[in-house]
Amino acid sequence: MALDYHLNHLRELESESIYVLREVAAQFENPCILFSGGKDSIVVTHLAMKAFYPANIPFTLLHVDTGHNFQEALDFRDQLVEKNGLKLIVASVQEAIDKGLVREEKGYNASRNALQTVPLLEAIEKNKFDCAIGGARRDEEKARAKERFFSHRDEFGQWDPKNQRPELWNIFNGRKHIGEHFRVFPISNWTEMDVWQYIYQEQIEMPNLYFSHKRMVFERDGVWYSDNPYMQKKPNEVAEEKVVRFRTIGDISCTGAVFSEASTLEDIIQEVAASRTTERGTRADDKRSEAAMEDRKKAGYF
Amino acid sequence: MTTTQENFDSKAYLDMELLRFTTAGSVDDGKSTLIGRLLYDSKSIFEDQIEAIESASEKRGEEYVNLALLTDGLRAEREQGITIDVAYRYFSTPKRKFIIADTPGHIQYTRNMVTGASTANLAIILVDARKGIIEQTFRHSYIASLLQIPHIVVCVNKMDLVDWDEATFDKIVSDYKAFASKLDIKDVTFIPISALTGDNVVERSKNMTWYNGSTLLYLLENIHIGSDLNHIDARLPVQYVIRPMKNEYHDYRGYAGRVAGGVFRVGDIVKALPSGFTSKIKAIKTMDGDLDEAFTPQSVTLLLEDEIDISRGDMIVRENNVPQTGQELDVMLCWMNEKPMPLRGKYILRHTSKECKTIITEIKYVLDTNTLTRVEGQTELKLNEIGRVSIKTTVPLFFDSYRKNRQTGSIILVDEATNETVAAGMIV
Repeated sequence: MALDYHLNHLRELESESIYVLREVAAQFENPCILFSGGKDSIVVTHLAMKAFYPANIPFTLLHVDTGHNFQEALDFRDQLVEKNGLKLIVASVQEAIDKGLVREEKGYNASRNALQTVPLLEAIEKNKFDCAIGGARRDEEKARAKERFFSHRDEFGQWDPKNQRPELWNIFNGRKHIGEHFRVFPISNWTEMDVWQYIYQEQIEMPNLYFSHKRMVFERDGVWYSDNPYMQKKPNEVAEEKVVRFRTIGDISCTGAVFSEASTLEDIIQEVAASRTTERGTRADDKRSEAAMEDRKKAGYF
Repeated sequence: MTTTQENFDSKAYLDMELLRFTTAGSVDDGKSTLIGRLLYDSKSIFEDQIEAIESASEKRGEEYVNLALLTDGLRAEREQGITIDVAYRYFSTPKRKFIIADTPGHIQYTRNMVTGASTANLAIILVDARKGIIEQTFRHSYIASLLQIPHIVVCVNKMDLVDWDEATFDKIVSDYKAFASKLDIKDVTFIPISALTGDNVVERSKNMTWYNGSTLLYLLENIHIGSDLNHIDARLPVQYVIRPMKNEYHDYRGYAGRVAGGVFRVGDIVKALPSGFTSKIKAIKTMDGDLDEAFTPQSVTLLLEDEIDISRGDMIVRENNVPQTGQELDVMLCWMNEKPMPLRGKYILRHTSKECKTIITEIKYVLDTNTLTRVEGQTELKLNEIGRVSIKTTVPLFFDSYRKNRQTGSIILVDEATNETVAAGMIV
C-alpha cells in the first residue's frame, strides 16, 4: 500500500541534506567543506560520503586554524582525513596575524574567533573556492534562523540579510557573478537533538571532547573554560579538576565546558533532551552583543 | 546525570515524523504570541533564550517580556519592531518534530508567504475573533490553496476578547466556508483559541466547553500526513551522475537524485527523458547497502542495466507513466522582485534539476488576491502580484501539473543580469 511509504524525521533530514550536497557538486566548480572538527562539520562530511558513494567526495576540507585549538580536535581531524582519503587545506589565523592582516585582540577576553573571517576569505580567494559548505543550523542562533540553504556572498564575502534570494520548494539558485561565492548549509533544518540522534543512529565517531572526562577548568563570567596556555587567568581565577564535556567545539578560548557525566551517545541524547539551555549558551563569542552573530556573519564569518 | 543506558528508548528518539507548517496572519493577529505559546508550552524555549530576551526587553524599556524578540532575529527587525524575512523555528514533542516557517505579516507579504508555503504540509491561518474574516484572510487562504498546502487550520484567535462566545466562532466558520468553497482546499479545520491565555493551544480550554474538537497542538501531533506526497507517479530528476573513477567500479554510472514522486523498484522498466530510451533498474544504491525500492522523498542512486546517455536535468520515469512534455506551458506566477516582469521578458528557468531559458509570451490575467477577481489586459507583473502567464522554453520540459506533484510541477525564474530569483511558478 502506498500509505506505508514514509520516512522518519532523521531519514527525511538526511535525504534533504544529501540532495543539497549533490546540488552543490552539480552547480559549483570548486566547493569546499568548512571543517572545524566539531560535530556539525563531521556530520556534514559523513553526509557527503553518503551522497557520492562509492565515489570520493568531490569537496576539499578547509579548516580555519585559530592556533587556539583543542589538540584532541586536531588529532581527530587528521585521523578522519587519513582514514577516508580526504583532501585538507588549513588556513591559519597565526599566519594572518604574522602577515599583519589582522590584529590580535588584547586583554583577558581576547579571542581569535572573529579573526577567523580574514584567513577564511583569503583561503576562499586563493584556492578559488566558489562555494563553502558549512555545518551551521538555523536552530543555533536567531540570525542563523534567517539563513538560506544557498546563501549568496558578494565579492567582499559579505552576507546581506535584508536582501536574500527567496528559496522555494527544493529549487536552489546558485548562480553568481565572478568573484562572488556561496555558503551552503546542508543541515540547516537539523536541531542539536537531530544531530545527536543521527550520530547515534549512524554510529559516527566523535572527538572525545564531547564525552564526559576529567579536565582542569576555571570559571569566568559563569562560563567554565578549559585551562589552556592561550588564556591569561586573572588573579582570582583558579583552575580545578572537574568532570565535564563540551556541547560545542570551537576556539578553546571561547568554548565553555558543561558539568556532565554523559559518557555515551545515549547519555548525551538524554542530557540534550533534559537540557534547559541552548548549546550556544556556552559560547562567549555569541554573548558579546545581541547581534554578535549577525555582525560577524555579515562580515563573512561562517 | 546517571547512566541510564538500559532505559534508553531508541525508538522514541529515532522514529518520529516531521511536520512542516507555516503561519499566516495579519499584523496584530497574535502570530508571534501563538508561536511563542507553542514553543513555551512545549518547553522548547531555553533559559538562556528567555534571559536574552528579558534583558533585551528591559533595555528597550518594555514592561513585559516581548516574545516577538524570540522570533525577530535581525538587528533591523528588532529596531523597527517588524519581521522582515521568513524565519525557521524548530520544536518537538514526544510525538512529532515540527519545522515552522514563520512569515512576516505585512512587508513583502506574498513573496514571503509563498516561500514559507512551498515546503509546508500545513498552514495555520489566524483570524481575529473580533474582526472576523477580512481581506487578508482571503489572501492567505488563496495563497495556501495556490501552493497546494494539504492541510489548513483556521485558528480563531482572541476568543477571550469576545467572551468565549460560541456564536461568534460559528459565524466565522460559516463565513470562511462560504468563500473557501471557491478555493482548492482539501482539508480545513477550525479551532477557537486564545494565544495569550493558552486556551486550546496546548491545553484544552475551560472557558469554551462548547468546543468538542482537538487543541491546536493535538491536531499538529496527530493529523495524517502520510498521503501528502505523490506515491503514484514515479519521477527521478537526475541531479548528478556518480562515476567513481576507481578500478573496482570501472563501468559504474550511478544516477543520483531525490525521488520526486512515486516508487521505483529493482527490475522496473524505466524510461529516460528526453532520450526516450528504456532500460531496467539493476540496483538502487546507498552507502548503507542496496535497496529493493525507493520512494519519495528518498535520495538514492539508480543503476540501470543498459548504458544509455543520461545526465543532469534528465528525468527517469516508469515506462508506462510518463509526465507531460512541452516547450509551451501555462504557469501561475508569483512575482518576487522590485523590477516588474514585462511581457516578452526573458529569464532563466529552473525546473527540478533542469535549467533553460524562457520567454513570457502572454499575461493572461493578474489576480486581485483580495477579491479573487481576474484583471485582464495587463502588460506587466509587479512585486507581490500573482498572475497566469504563458511561457515558452528553449528546450522541452518534463513536468506534471502542480496539483499532481509539487516537485515536478514547480519552477523558479532567475534574472540573467542580477542572478536573483525573481519568480515562483506553479504549472497549471
